[in-house]
Amino acid sequence: MIVMNMVTPPPDLAAISALQTKLVSALRPILPEHALLWEPEDTIPYECDGLAAYRRMPLAVALPETEEQVAQILKVCFEMAIPVVPRGSGTGLSGGAMPLSQGLVLSLAKLKKILSIDPFTRTAVVQPGVRNLAISEAVGHLGLYYAPDPSSQIACSIGGNVNENSGGVHCLKYGLTLHNVLRVRGVLMNGEIIEFGSLAPDSPGLDLLAIMMGSEGMLAVVTEVTVKLVAKPKLARVIMASFDDIEKGGNAVAAIIAAGIIPAGLEMMDKATTRAVEEFVHAGYDLDAAAILLCESDGTPEEVAEEIERMTKVLEQAGASGIQISKDEAERLKFWSGRKNAFPAAGRLAPDYYCMDGTIPRRHIATLLKRIQGMEEKYGLGCLNVFHAGDGNMHPLILFNGADQEEWHRAEEFGTEILEACVELGGTITGEHGVGIEKINSMCVQFGEGERESFWGVKAAFDPEKLLNPDKAIPTLSRCAEYGRMRISGGKLPHPELERF
Amino acid sequence: MTSSNSSKPQINAFREQILNAAKTNTPLSIEGGGTKCWYGNPNQFEKLDTRSYAGILEYQPEELVITACTGTPLKEIEAALKEKNQVFAFEPPHFGEKATFGGAIAAGLAGPGRISVGNFRDFVLGARILDGKGQDLAFGGKVMKNVAGYDVSRLLPGSMGTLSLLLEASVKVLPKPAATVTLRCQISQGAALKVLNEWAGQPLPLSASCWIGNDKDADGELTIRLAGAAAAVKAAIPLMSSLVNAHEISAETAETFWNDLREQRLSSFNNLGADQTLYRLALPAACGPLTIPNSSNDVVLEWHGQQRWIKATGDETTFTSIKKLANSHGGHATRFRQGANVNPSFERFTLLSEQAHSKALEAVQARLRSAFDPAGVFATKRLP
Repeated sequence: MIVMNMVTPPPDLAAISALQTKLVSALRPILPEHALLWEPEDTIPYECDGLAAYRRMPLAVALPETEEQVAQILKVCFEMAIPVVPRGSGTGLSGGAMPLSQGLVLSLAKLKKILSIDPFTRTAVVQPGVRNLAISEAVGHLGLYYAPDPSSQIACSIGGNVNENSGGVHCLKYGLTLHNVLRVRGVLMNGEIIEFGSLAPDSPGLDLLAIMMGSEGMLAVVTEVTVKLVAKPKLARVIMASFDDIEKGGNAVAAIIAAGIIPAGLEMMDKATTRAVEEFVHAGYDLDAAAILLCESDGTPEEVAEEIERMTKVLEQAGASGIQISKDEAERLKFWSGRKNAFPAAGRLAPDYYCMDGTIPRRHIATLLKRIQGMEEKYGLGCLNVFHAGDGNMHPLILFNGADQEEWHRAEEFGTEILEACVELGGTITGEHGVGIEKINSMCVQFGEGERESFWGVKAAFDPEKLLNPDKAIPTLSRCAEYGRMRISGGKLPHPELERF
Repeated sequence: MTSSNSSKPQINAFREQILNAAKTNTPLSIEGGGTKCWYGNPNQFEKLDTRSYAGILEYQPEELVITACTGTPLKEIEAALKEKNQVFAFEPPHFGEKATFGGAIAAGLAGPGRISVGNFRDFVLGARILDGKGQDLAFGGKVMKNVAGYDVSRLLPGSMGTLSLLLEASVKVLPKPAATVTLRCQISQGAALKVLNEWAGQPLPLSASCWIGNDKDADGELTIRLAGAAAAVKAAIPLMSSLVNAHEISAETAETFWNDLREQRLSSFNNLGADQTLYRLALPAACGPLTIPNSSNDVVLEWHGQQRWIKATGDETTFTSIKKLANSHGGHATRFRQGANVNPSFERFTLLSEQAHSKALEAVQARLRSAFDPAGVFATKRLP
């Protein structure tokens, strides 16, 4: 993973130390001793999340065990005007849980109970620290599961999933977190308990549950989530199709959808990825293919048989050079193993990799891949392309050596150029990883001043004092002006009305 | 979002109307075809007619997204989808020939398919709006996965024009299911709710349900729709029909039935008494049969019992007890349609403050509205 340290030394160590003492003594009466950390050797594991390039030490880390403690902690911080950064499992890839040097990290990891499971209504009530996969494991014996399956599902928490609106390999058919959560209970920055949604199909007033989804820990701290459970399909089979041309592969994706089929999963890997993962997992991938498409069908045996036949026809017509259909569950998992191990395989090719997350309309997949090829030459860095082809969500993995500052800088520039290409092609800078701290500058590209001002309005509706994860996701006007100045083009300065220092 | 030059005059006219209203702090009542003007709290404010801004802007079937202007007739959009064998899977009701795209989004209502595919907001991917300051803003986009910025566009379905003026929206579409079959049987309400929820927890292609009866303890008519791959539907028919002794009904009869249910043209919705109100109850799956005070005739249950339609007297006492009943089961109630003699000024919705668990939302909602609309241009109270 990325190993650079972007920390700038805090401006006034004495002031920070005084603030830390004040905060710790205010929180001590609320929490058991083991649930409050402030010594650097205890807080260092919290200096970053899954995006290790961005690090910062917090004043302290609180690990509440009850909702009541969460509310009390927030109240204390609210009264002291100390910002709070909520944190789930810390698997996020956009630095959304990066601490503030004058703020508290609020870890929800100890709220990890599954509170209830109701097979009749197909719902489960869980605390935010419950791992995504733990839900499916707990309800598997009932023939049910929780559908969203982000690739970090063994570790990532449901509270984090709500805050990132996480997707996964199967979200084309089964939806995102948004589509699979009925109710969220949480605490506002001022300590007030709040509930969004309900077990009924809709609720009075504006649909505030929708805006909580993907809100990156900036609106409320999640303390309880009611998830929807769905029936486990009886069978799943996957087709592995090879294409000698990336464009043909991209067109095959569109052809499947145009044929009226919504596959359970539709994933693509380019040649570089296939080679990297084959060396790692030995799944028998076609190493000559320019692109490999994994196309899954699930449901009843009759349904799967019918769908596999239809998909095979479409893929053949789209010019697939080879088609293999999984014969059994073991083979299905083997076909998937490469896709699921793309990240560790990338880790074997270079000391570090930088994972991007743009989404584009499906018809532009081949266009973007060709542009990325050009960028590889421009920046002198390799890039593996694995992606959720079915919903146009791309995950280019830029390979670099983090020990070399200059190379990291090039990797960052490379990533930014990919994101700007996504916006230009009618897409977005982030499909599922969130903006966090990482893509905050790219928000200046995707949105105008009016939209960004509205986002601040939304934030203020929940957190008027702007204390909850305040430096993430939504850039300030001056930040965008500064970014515009750095990326000045054609001699024109964006936001000429602003003073510059 | 797409914005073409030809759209400018209409949008400028909308902006002018909004800015004038902001100057005088008088709300505007946004209206499309007027087919749902009876829904929500009534008002006498100046109208903003959206129909001048109409047309499909972008539709590429393989992207599963359609982008259209607010004033586009809903039937024009559905006809375009039908041509490519695609649908709005949540089946928004039209309630009249002139229904518009924007009106359907503002009402946020969904038809029989809602229980299996999700609500209107689940399908909204992006929107272009004019806020209360006349700012032209775009949120979300045209792609399935997008977490850049707060998901403002999903606040619009069901907002009843109280947040901003919708200009354009991108909505996800789905292929029409390969096969559809409708089954019917006689069964009591309690038994129907039980079997529907059991089926919903199994890998069966159950797409919609409707139970109609006039006595919660006697048998009523249960109609269920199966939709999906032809083989899956075919395999499910004997399995499900043997359990409840159901028979298949003809495709033609079935299509008419589901359309009439969606548009509330079934006889059970007709003949609303002058002193009566048609109440809508939204309830959790766990809620069994209910006894409604002062109600008469048929009860219609959709969405496996999660949406219930009941005719009862329209007085405040009755609504209060229905609201209490729904609330005690974790749901809420709405005055959907009013008889001629029911006082039109009666509040149509359950208020956030009336439910213990939603009280804290009231202040947040008020601040959110004022962020988009500081002068109260859209503050018609049509949705409280």
